[in-house]
Amino acid sequence: MDKRNIQLDDNGQLRHFLTIEGLKRQLLVDILDAAESFTSVTEQTVKKVPLLRGKTIVNLFFESSTRTRTTFELAAKRLSADVLNININASATTKGETLLDTQRNLEAMQCDMFVVRHAVSGAAHFIARHAAPHVSVINAGDGSHAHPTQAMLDMFTIRHHKGEFHKLRVAIVGDILHSRVARSQIHALSTLGVEEIRVIGPKTLIPVEAHTLGVHVHHDLRTGLRDIDVIITLRLQHERMSGAFLPSEHEYFQLYGLTEARLELAKPDAIIMHPGPINRGVEIESAVADGPRSVILNQVAHGTAVRMAIMAKAMQRLPNLSARELH
Amino acid sequence: MDIDSLNPEQIIADMAAALRTLLASQEIADPLMVGIYTGGAWVAQRLHRQLGLENPLGTLDISFYRDDFTRVGMNPQVKPSLLPVSIEDRHVILVDDILNTGRTIRAALNELFDYGRPASILLAVLVDRGGRELPIQADVVGARTRLAAGEHIKLHGPLPLRLSRVGVAR
Repeated sequence: MDKRNIQLDDNGQLRHFLTIEGLKRQLLVDILDAAESFTSVTEQTVKKVPLLRGKTIVNLFFESSTRTRTTFELAAKRLSADVLNININASATTKGETLLDTQRNLEAMQCDMFVVRHAVSGAAHFIARHAAPHVSVINAGDGSHAHPTQAMLDMFTIRHHKGEFHKLRVAIVGDILHSRVARSQIHALSTLGVEEIRVIGPKTLIPVEAHTLGVHVHHDLRTGLRDIDVIITLRLQHERMSGAFLPSEHEYFQLYGLTEARLELAKPDAIIMHPGPINRGVEIESAVADGPRSVILNQVAHGTAVRMAIMAKAMQRLPNLSARELH
Repeated sequence: MDIDSLNPEQIIADMAAALRTLLASQEIADPLMVGIYTGGAWVAQRLHRQLGLENPLGTLDISFYRDDFTRVGMNPQVKPSLLPVSIEDRHVILVDDILNTGRTIRAALNELFDYGRPASILLAVLVDRGGRELPIQADVVGARTRLAAGEHIKLHGPLPLRLSRVGVAR
């Protein structure tokens, strides 16, 4: 394996954003700080800044997604970039050659950034490895591997509501096994140094190696929520029902559905998060989703600013000082 | 000129007097003063108080509008620009500490226009050090000086304000 982090350039600056893993705490904090700055842009009459004027950003979506693609598109447009949205039926492009060909064609059209979503883990890495020198790649979700921009907007939301990370206890509830969101959240939370990370869910939906990520595993929602500051509920994907992971949605709600009654053990000022789209009555009841402690819509609102920050950071090309000094 | 001996507070008092005359001659009654973050905002704070302006002071962080973003990178902590009243059809006094290439002012003008269409914009600067790369001039200049290429002036603050000459950063 390549020891160098493919995500960083020779100056240690962000070039691709593929996974939280291997990124330093300061870089994550820089992204959160930059996102804070970008939130003011939406208050202008002209909700746009010229940072990426003249750049072309391609949303390369091999897997459908409305919300993620929309916020990426909005973020790119608010940075004044031109945006191409390309939705490709995943079944036609499962072979590496095809993916590479797609990429080569788009690069020939002088595109500067690819925002990639793909059902196969590692797809964004693959594209980044083969990217032309001027091209940046952002992972918008790959298989069950990573969804780093979602994790960063969740971190932004947590910091916005709770302040410093080091005293927080955070619980992630639901299908951890298949969740790229959960994986990225765990890496981000531990890099940012929270007090404790718990994962809560049935044995079939928690990876056996979960403890190696530095998390505490709970199978009982009630004990898992004790003294928790932040609760992140994950979407229960319907397709999981077919794989014998769960008996039924109804039974899942009985055991792991987030209800007002079950929130009693968490801290009174705990916040409730969900990456969306939510299944009311499956992983969360409406009273909780729409309740005063829910910050689910804040997460969506923060998504654009956080993605603007990540895109802007990845597109800046600082001169390579050591290389220049050699000449 | 010995830059270190300049007294910014005295210069600002002179600027306030010049601005008062200028505003009167142009019959501008309720201007909006906007300071460019950070040094310009310090100067603007004092001018705003001395002129007794009614509209609250605005601040502008032009980091997102710089033309050298891809070369020097993004300022890690860009302060949110704050324009407390609408600039639509309003007379604006833009304030900065050091006027050099003019690129900061160019960026500030662009940002201002993203908030609306002002009736007019005046520019007031503490020190004009020459070296313009754009056709931009200030309406009110506190002090003028010429510096060698690579030399810079820095305004330290917010309390007390102090000017110093700095050599080539790198």
